[in-house]
Order: sequence, then C-alpha cells, then structure tokens
Amino acid sequence: MSDNIRIVKDATCTFCGCVCDDMDLTVDVDEKRIIKADNACILGKAWFREHGHEERPAALIGGNEASLDDAIEEAAQILVNARFPIIYGLSDTTCEAQRVAVGIADMIGGTLDTTTSVCHGPSGIAFEAVGESTSTLGELKNRADLIVFWGGNPAESHPRLFSRYTVTCKGMYIPRGRTDRTIVLVDVRRTPSAPVADIFIQVKPRRDFEVLWALRALVKGRKIDPSIEQTTGVALATLEDLAGRMKSCRYGALLFGMGLTMTRGRHFNSGAILALASDLNAFTHFVAKPVRGHGNVTGADNVVSWQTGFPFAVNFAKGYPRFNPGEFTTVDTLARGEADAAMIIAADPASNFPQAAIERMKQIPVIVLDPKESHTSRLARVAFTTATYGINVAGTVYRMDDVPITLRPALESPYPSDEQILRRLRTRLRELLGGNRVPDKMSWPVPAAAA
Amino acid sequence: MAPALRIVNGKLYDPANGIEGEPRDICVQDGKIVASVGEEAKRIDATGLVVMPGGVDIHCHIAGPKVNLARKLQPEDHRRDVHPRTKFTRSGVGGTVPSTFATGYRYAAMGYTTAMEAAAPPLGARHVLEELHDTPVIDKGFYVLMGNNVLLYQLLQQGRKDEFKQALAWWLNAAKAYAPKLVNPGADAMWKGRRNSNIVDLDEKIEGFDLTPRKVIVAIVEAANELGLPHPAHIHCNNLGHSGNWETTLETMRACEGLKVHLTHIQFHSYGSVKGKVRDNPTSKAREISQYVNSHPNVSADVGQVMFGKSTSMTADAPLAYMLRQFGGHKWVNADTEHESGCGIIPFEYQDKIYTHALQWAIGLELFLLSEDPWRMVFSTDHPNGGSFMSYPRLIRLLMDREYRNEQLKTLNPDVVRDTPLADGLTREYSLQEIAIITRAGPARLLGLADKGHLGVGADADITIYENHADRERMFEAPRYVIKDGELIIEDHEFRADHAGRVLHVAPPYEAQIEEVIRPFFEEFYSIRFANYAVDDQYLHRHQVVATTSQ
Repeated sequence: MSDNIRIVKDATCTFCGCVCDDMDLTVDVDEKRIIKADNACILGKAWFREHGHEERPAALIGGNEASLDDAIEEAAQILVNARFPIIYGLSDTTCEAQRVAVGIADMIGGTLDTTTSVCHGPSGIAFEAVGESTSTLGELKNRADLIVFWGGNPAESHPRLFSRYTVTCKGMYIPRGRTDRTIVLVDVRRTPSAPVADIFIQVKPRRDFEVLWALRALVKGRKIDPSIEQTTGVALATLEDLAGRMKSCRYGALLFGMGLTMTRGRHFNSGAILALASDLNAFTHFVAKPVRGHGNVTGADNVVSWQTGFPFAVNFAKGYPRFNPGEFTTVDTLARGEADAAMIIAADPASNFPQAAIERMKQIPVIVLDPKESHTSRLARVAFTTATYGINVAGTVYRMDDVPITLRPALESPYPSDEQILRRLRTRLRELLGGNRVPDKMSWPVPAAAA
Repeated sequence: MAPALRIVNGKLYDPANGIEGEPRDICVQDGKIVASVGEEAKRIDATGLVVMPGGVDIHCHIAGPKVNLARKLQPEDHRRDVHPRTKFTRSGVGGTVPSTFATGYRYAAMGYTTAMEAAAPPLGARHVLEELHDTPVIDKGFYVLMGNNVLLYQLLQQGRKDEFKQALAWWLNAAKAYAPKLVNPGADAMWKGRRNSNIVDLDEKIEGFDLTPRKVIVAIVEAANELGLPHPAHIHCNNLGHSGNWETTLETMRACEGLKVHLTHIQFHSYGSVKGKVRDNPTSKAREISQYVNSHPNVSADVGQVMFGKSTSMTADAPLAYMLRQFGGHKWVNADTEHESGCGIIPFEYQDKIYTHALQWAIGLELFLLSEDPWRMVFSTDHPNGGSFMSYPRLIRLLMDREYRNEQLKTLNPDVVRDTPLADGLTREYSLQEIAIITRAGPARLLGLADKGHLGVGADADITIYENHADRERMFEAPRYVIKDGELIIEDHEFRADHAGRVLHVAPPYEAQIEEVIRPFFEEFYSIRFANYAVDDQYLHRHQVVATTSQ
C-alpha cells in the first residue's frame, strides 16, 4: 500500500441489479487498486477488490496484438460486409454506450439483442401482455409490510436487496424494520435465503405456474381442490394462508427471479405473477418486480425501448425496428446459422449459450468488447479491451427498478470505454456506408469503400 | 452554422407582433430572426404560402419513465406504424407512444419546433433528459412532479414556508426541470398508504398529514409565483374524469385568486353530473368553466381535447388509471416512485358512439369555442391521453371548419348531440390568426419563452411555412418548409437535415443551507444517496436556462 490514497464517497457498485450507490471506496492511486469498499456486500467487495487492469493488449485481431485503428477498421469491415450482423450483450455497460450500439444496429440494418433475452426476457413479454404494478425500491423500504420472494436466492445473488431495500431496513411507515414485515420465500429448494423468511414454501420443480394460478383463484374467492398439493407440493391450507396475508397486508410486493422466468412456463409464469399482483390491487396496494441480475440490464431495456419501441430482440433489416423474440433473439439467430457476423458488447455468450449457438460463433467473424479475456473473446476475430464501467468509466446505469444513477469512477484505465470504441466504429461505418443503410427493395447498397 | 435565409413574400401570421396575414419578408441568420441579410442568403419563395412561428406544445407526454413503460407495453401499436430511417435520420416506430426519434421527426414534420413533457418525478429526471436528448429537431423541457412530494408536505405541515419555497427551487435545479407540476395533489398518500383510495375533496385531510389538497396547491403556486418562474405552476386538478368535478376545478382556480396559474387538460375537469343514475352520468360544464377563465386573467389553461380513436392514458394520477381499468383496460401499469409520485398507464380508445367519450369530445370543442381569450385557452390533446399529437391537424380543422364539425357531430352518440350547444348556437370558426395564437404564440407566452412563438427580430428562427389549402387538416399535417434554429430541416415536405434541439430549463436561485434540510430526509428515507440525486450538466447537452423574473 502506498501513501497516495484517495477516498471516493457515494460511488456506485454495478455488480448486480441493486446498483447500490453508497460505496465508500479507498483507492491506492499509485497501485491503481481499490483496497477497501465500505458498505459493499461480499460480492461488491470482490468486484472492487479484484479489479486491476490486466496486462492485455488494447486490441487483438485473430488473437494477435493490433493497433486500435486496425481493429476498428477490421470490425467495421466485418459489420459492413455481413448480410445478417447481430449485436448482443449490453447489460454490463453504460447507457451512453448502449445508445451508440443501438444506433449502429440501426445504421447497418442489423439485429440487436441484449442479455435480457436469456434472463428476464419472458418477464418483458409478459409485461406486454398484462402490464405490471410496480414501484421503486425505496417504496418497498418505506412501505412494504409483506414481501414474497419467488424463484430467487437474493442472499447469494443480491445480498443487499435484503438489507438496503426490502427486509431488514427501516422505513417511514416501517419504523421497526424487520419486525414490521412479513417475509415469504417461494422456491423449489431451501436456499441460503430461506432463513431470512418467516414462511418458506417449497414448490415441486416446474410447478410454479400452477401455484400462482391457484393463488389468483383463491384471491378472487374461488375454490381450489385439495389435490393441488399432489400437483405442486404445497398444501391448500398454505396457499389459503398466503392468499389471506396478501389480501390483508397494507403494501405487498412480489419479487421474482430467474427461478421463475427460466423454468417451465417462462412468460406464462411471469404473466401469472404480474397478474396476481395486479389482481391484489382490488384489495390492497400490491406491486411486483423482476429482480434483475446485471448491473445495467435495466438500462439496456430502457434504451432499446425508447430508441426502437421494443425492449430486446429487434431487427432493423427492413429499415425500421421489428420485434420478435424467438426469431431475433441471439441464441436463435446463432443456433439457426443465420447470423454471419456478431458484435458482442460486455457479455460472454460463449460461456453460457447452447452448444449450437457457440459453434456458430466459431464459424463467423466475432467482434468483442470486454474488460477481460473471456470465452467469447478467445474465439473472436477482433477483441477490444475496454475500461470497466463504474470503476473506470463514468456514465449512467439504471437500477432494477428503473431508477437512473450516475457513476463515479474511482480509477483511470489505460483502455478506452465501450462508448469510445463504439463511437469510432460508428464514424467509420458511416464513412463506409455513406450514412445509414437504407434498404433498396431487395438488394443491399454496396459500401462505398468496398466497391 | 447554417447559411442565412430570406423568406420572401409569405403571408405572415405573427399575432404577438400584430401581423395577420400580411405579406412580409423574414431574414434569418445564426439561428435567429434578424432585420436583414446579405444578398448571398438562400432565398425561399413563400408567395402564396402561410408563414407562422414553429408550433409550441405546452403539454404532452413524450419522454421519461412512464412514457417508456407505455411504449414497452404496446408492441401491437408499433408494428402497425413504422418509421423507416433515411440516409441521415434514425428509424423508429409510431403508434400513440412513438419511439424518441420518431417523436422528434414527426413533431417537426408537422411544423412543431418546441414540446414540453408534462410530468416526470425528479428521481426519473436523468431518464427524461436522456430520452429528450434522443428526441431530435425540437426544443424541449419537462415539468417536474411536486404536488405529492413528501418532504415538501412535511415542511408545509410544520409551517416552514420559506424553506418550502427554497426546497421547491432546489428541486427545480436538481431535476433541470422547466416548471413545477401538480397532479391530483394529496392522492399519492391515499393510493399508496390507504389501500388504493383516492382523495375527492379539496378540503379533505391527506392521509398521514395535517394537510389538504387546497393547502398544497396554494403553497406551491404561491412559492412558484414568488420565485418568478417563467411558467409558475402547471396543475392537473383533483378528481380528473369524475362526474361533477367542475366544482373542484372552480374551487382550485378560486383558491389561486390573484396568482398566476395554469390548469392543464381542463376538458377532463369540466364535468357536471346528473344525480339519480346508478353511476352519475357526466354533463358539460364547459360554459361555467369558460366563464371563470374568461374573466380571470391570472388563469390560463390548455384544453386536452379528446380525439376519437386509439389513445394511451398515462398519468401520475394512479387512482385515475385504476378507475379507467374497469372500462375495458386489459393491461394496466402502476408504478410508484418513493416520496414523489404515482403513475398509471392504460391503453384506451375513444369511441364516438359511447356517450361519455362523445361528450368529452364535445366539451373540449365547447371550451375552445367559448373562450374569449385565445392567449389563455390554448391547444392540447394531452398527447397521448386525449389523442396522439398526430391528430392536431384534424383538431385544427374541427376548430376552423364548421361544416366539417357538423358532419362529425352527426356520427356521435345522439344523446350527446341533443345536449351540446355545438349543434345549435356555437357556430364560431377559428381564424388562422387564432390558430397561430393557440398553437404557438399563446403557449410560448404562457411558458414565458420570449424568443419563441413570434417572428420579430431577435426571435428564435423556428419557422413553419404551410401551403394554404382550404382543407386545414391537409394544410397543417405537412408544411412545405420547416426551419429550426435557422436551419432548413424540411424543404418541399422532405427532410433535408437532422438537428439536435435544446433542453429548456429553469435555475431559480436558492439558499445553499436548504440542502442541510433535505439531506437528512434523503439519508433516512430515499433509496439513493443525496449526493447522487441532483442531475449534473452532462445530461443537458445543448440547453438554455430560461430566466426567472428576478434573474
């Protein structure tokens, strides 16, 4: 530790969707390290402490060190010459970078998708069908006397969701904090989050939808057959008790995770839980909220929505945005072999996509922007090393409840930000294409420089 | 910088300067209207064309958290109305809640050059500004929701009048907003804190506070007047949409006697009631509301006309959206913002055969036609609540063309036709000059935008040039030329250039120690840190501070 120490107060942790903005960071300026992160949870502490810039070239082409200029040129040529270029990722970068990325997809007539399509995409689809009664996290802190966590394990994935926003914190109308709240956890297994709950309800795997639908019926005063227990593993009396608590609380909340959205039923599950919360408003005030994972996946949803009208899975080939999950989602465009070039921004699909999609990535030119080496960067034709948002890069992120927060970077980085790379790329693409690519009947205009 | 322009021989409609349809030349340089330009200036021959200042929308919902939720909610609207990109303009989608780029281009293509987003919670201010930055061509600003602010309520309840005013000024600065907005004051505490109830009387006690809506309204309007804001306060009254609400509206105006105040979408607040039915049917109280506005120069209003067809109800008035849900809303959004606001969204459709909808349509037109001062009863559909901004040209035709209006009347629910004075008596037709007042000169003056809404030397060179078609809808839906900040954006109905408009905001001075009053409240009750709350200048990009009277 050197003597050159700087304190950054009220910095923001972008590790998860909680986006806690009360980090007090102790920075060793000479060592270029964050040595202490007060207020951070165990995940946040690791996020800050383990950050150190790696000795990695700023750009690689075909695995070999390259100049930034050459890498931009190579990336631009890949995108311009592709017939079905896809852009994917975006959930771990700033809104400023996301806005440029969507602009590039529009300009080249590509397909834009975010990690939402593999996490809460079903919730986005359900939202379009039934709407949502929701709130900022501060409302839960100040008002929620009943909180039901469903299909998630915040104790391990979002530790401060409990302490800062929902369970133990005190609020204006919840003066005694934990004592004034009832906490329910619904999941298929007893996770480390279970001890936090007053009531733990264990559902048979893949039976969430049935439980939710039964609750909707009970809330509306309908009869449910006791055989529901054989189907779902939950006794009717337990469901009746929960329905009663939900109707009689003053301000209730259903917080759900990927344990609900990515199991059997998917957007039906999300739709059922959103509809349950809406139904409950006939009796009391009730909200629901997907618990989002990545630090700025909510920003990605917002940016893509305001620029295109749709939250993810957007294709611009016809000259305007079209939305079709299943058709324009990245797993699908890759696995079907349609995508012939990919730009992956702040995501590592090669580590978690289905094999067919990964195989396709190995066959086509891939451009990667990432602070670290990843499975995807290792198979990429062009890899940019970028600065880390929130630690090196300023800008805006949206917390899981759509609250926008400005970042306070603690350290400088030798690498450019995603936004800087994307802006340069956009400028070069505009030169090559002579402006936005406008579909001319069936044929693509030939790029000026390639002609 | 764009080349100088000389617009030659157009028929000018510039009511602020007393010019009505006279042929004049206009010179433009460096984004402003100037007295003369050199011979090298580009010449636009406007012979036979109508020249007006660019349109100014005083109340619309185009950017920010609730708008984006409403946008995400309705993919079915977007796929029917796409907005393709060109070589230099971005693509997008339309429907009642267009994407940001489509919003900017479509306003511009209609001859509008300024639009004010009418309601956003301060916690969402960054979001509003990011979206406004992606809304091209037009100048824009937003009104910040203050009428249900818990800390302001606490200060008011404790009688800390000066700190209340200081906090209001601080908040306008912190959010980079244009004006304070009140929406159904007192309702949030009932909605969130008392099982979705609403507040119904101006003198009813607000849940959890020793306050009433009346006290809140008067305090904010007084403070805003004392601060000398260019647009002191923008009020969405209590009881929107409820039969019999005209009395609340009148009481609200009376409570603000002698204070400058703007009541928005007043059509939705001008309903009487017929007692004795299962649900009291609304009646028109347009005459009574008009009489009050006509005779009280401190009051201004925009109409909030209802247009038949698809709309999206999006409002900070959460109980209202919940009420609308029972009339066929199949999907519904509610979104609570801590200590600041509620929000409700519901896709909606106004139908001419439904009694209430037809009556709302008629009441809006009655308010326009009974108004004796077009400078104070200005144009709006509360986009997209009453109808999309894309329906403005049709609404202009309804006001200018009695025959067209009468044709429309014939298709309405007959019970409405029987009762409305539109059928006999209200035969007035708006002149082009009056249209110029209610769509640009009037809103600009009510907003305190001295450089907008007119074509005098020194004004912003925001100019629209229309072809003088007898069909006024055709005339106003596609001007031949649109000039923004002196730049020729649309020529011969086609986009020639892209443009980034400015954010308009206020920065009333406040005493720095007010932060020490606000900070402890934040540390205890907000979910973000005080230090991370105020919006900094990086979100403004091109912007303009509009001065208060004391600045």
